[in-house]
Amino acid sequence: MSLPIVELTCISCPLGCPLKVETDNEGKVLSVTGNTCRRGEDYGRKEVTAPTRTVTSTVRLKGGSAPVVSVRTKGDVPKSRIFAVMEEIRGAVITAPVHIGDVVIPDIAGTGVDLIATREDV
Amino acid sequence: MEHDIVIIGGGPAGLAAAIAAREAGASDILILEREKELGGILNQCIHNGFGLHTFKEELTGPEYAARYIVKVKEMGIPYLLSTTVVDLQREGDGITVTSVSKKDGLLQTRAKAVVLAMGCRERPRGALNIPGTRPAGIFSAGTAQRLVNLEGYMPGKRVVILGSGDIGLIMARRMTLEGAKVLCVAELQPYSGGLKRNIVQCLDDYGIPLKLSHTVVDIRGKERVTGVTIARVGEDLRPIPGTEEDYDCDTLLLSVGLLPENELSRAVGVDIAPVTGGPVVNESLETNIPGVFACGNVLHVHDLVDYVSQEAAGAGRNAARYVLGERAPGGAGIPIVPAGAVRYTVPCTIDPERMDGEATVRFRVGRNMRKAVVTLRAGDKELIRRKRPVMAPGEMEQLTIKREWLTGGGEALALEAREEE
Repeated sequence: MSLPIVELTCISCPLGCPLKVETDNEGKVLSVTGNTCRRGEDYGRKEVTAPTRTVTSTVRLKGGSAPVVSVRTKGDVPKSRIFAVMEEIRGAVITAPVHIGDVVIPDIAGTGVDLIATREDV
Repeated sequence: MEHDIVIIGGGPAGLAAAIAAREAGASDILILEREKELGGILNQCIHNGFGLHTFKEELTGPEYAARYIVKVKEMGIPYLLSTTVVDLQREGDGITVTSVSKKDGLLQTRAKAVVLAMGCRERPRGALNIPGTRPAGIFSAGTAQRLVNLEGYMPGKRVVILGSGDIGLIMARRMTLEGAKVLCVAELQPYSGGLKRNIVQCLDDYGIPLKLSHTVVDIRGKERVTGVTIARVGEDLRPIPGTEEDYDCDTLLLSVGLLPENELSRAVGVDIAPVTGGPVVNESLETNIPGVFACGNVLHVHDLVDYVSQEAAGAGRNAARYVLGERAPGGAGIPIVPAGAVRYTVPCTIDPERMDGEATVRFRVGRNMRKAVVTLRAGDKELIRRKRPVMAPGEMEQLTIKREWLTGGGEALALEAREEE
């Protein structure tokens, strides 16, 4: 059986190099090819072993000037947890006033990362 | 009412212009904003990635806007909300700004200088000539963004997106996160108009196919969209018969380009450049009408808000110098002529007598290029040569011109981008 190869587009800069990341069957990275700089190799390794993203969305708001208020995870969460984060966001309702940086849901979906408000509504 | 500087639009451009004008010594400034709050389009851009250049951190749109709104409030710069400017006219050596609002009714303001910061609009369906019926369920991507992010309303469940502009890509992810099924993004051109980062993080992450060289050839549905047909297009961008694919969907989002919103600029007699759809400006970002300056997406459509803020600060500073009488008289200026793959430049002329030590020229190229070289020439003399490993129509470029280079006889400057031999 051939070893798994993941094909990615590097987003470290506008070049957008097409990367091929070769891993063994345990998911350990054996090689990154197609990159033209060191940042491309780092990106390829991280994307294949532990990809993370900031999640941005909205939470329902009571008593505010708008029916929703925008939120984001304060730091990156594992990419595989994005939909678990969204599930908790969908269930949440908060009450105005809300300020930028207010914690809306602490430790969202057990990621260790807080969900914070990104908008003022007072 | 009378003010030294009236700024039309309280989005990222208007806010940065106001702050810079105040910092440059203008005390009497008024911002007019048609929405019920400051911040402009940033309020609905809840995704992150704003401010990397300006603040060295990744902010969401509302957070980026808040940094400027707080500053405007701290500086005590007055602004009127829910106030729409409907006319601009030259009168004497100033500009009369006519606006309407529910609270104040019709309002006329005399301004010594005006900063145009009205932003842009999305190209609508009517501009596309898509055949088919006219059911509900067809939205511009920005309208959908507003509905979801500000009004808490999902416009549909099964979605096809036409056009791979950044707002369309962002909405593909947003609608997916909110539980909709985004079937595909169809792009007429053989390349995407959006940033690479958005293609990866908004489409690839969620397995949404990007169909390059495809377009919508039919829309079905009577009351509501029930489906669309997508076909491959040839090099002439015309659909190829036999390549049609039907998609069952209830929503079609359009992300097919942005157009600077210059009705007011035209009303006051500002010359509009055909390529950008925005005003023709000189090194001070001043239009052909003395005292009327322009910045941000009303001048030319930007892809990064950081550059809007930088540009707008320049317009604000120059408006302040104008009303304070601190400007050198200036002449016609040296024209900057686009050459090779360069489609346009902002500014269009540069006056060495009036520019600061350096001036930023922003431009776009018309095609994807690898191993490109950008040159600036005055006649036979090459002033600058920069290698660019990659250039794309979707990414705004910029070049700094130093005053000391322009000591020649006022010969036109040629800004050229081409592939290296």
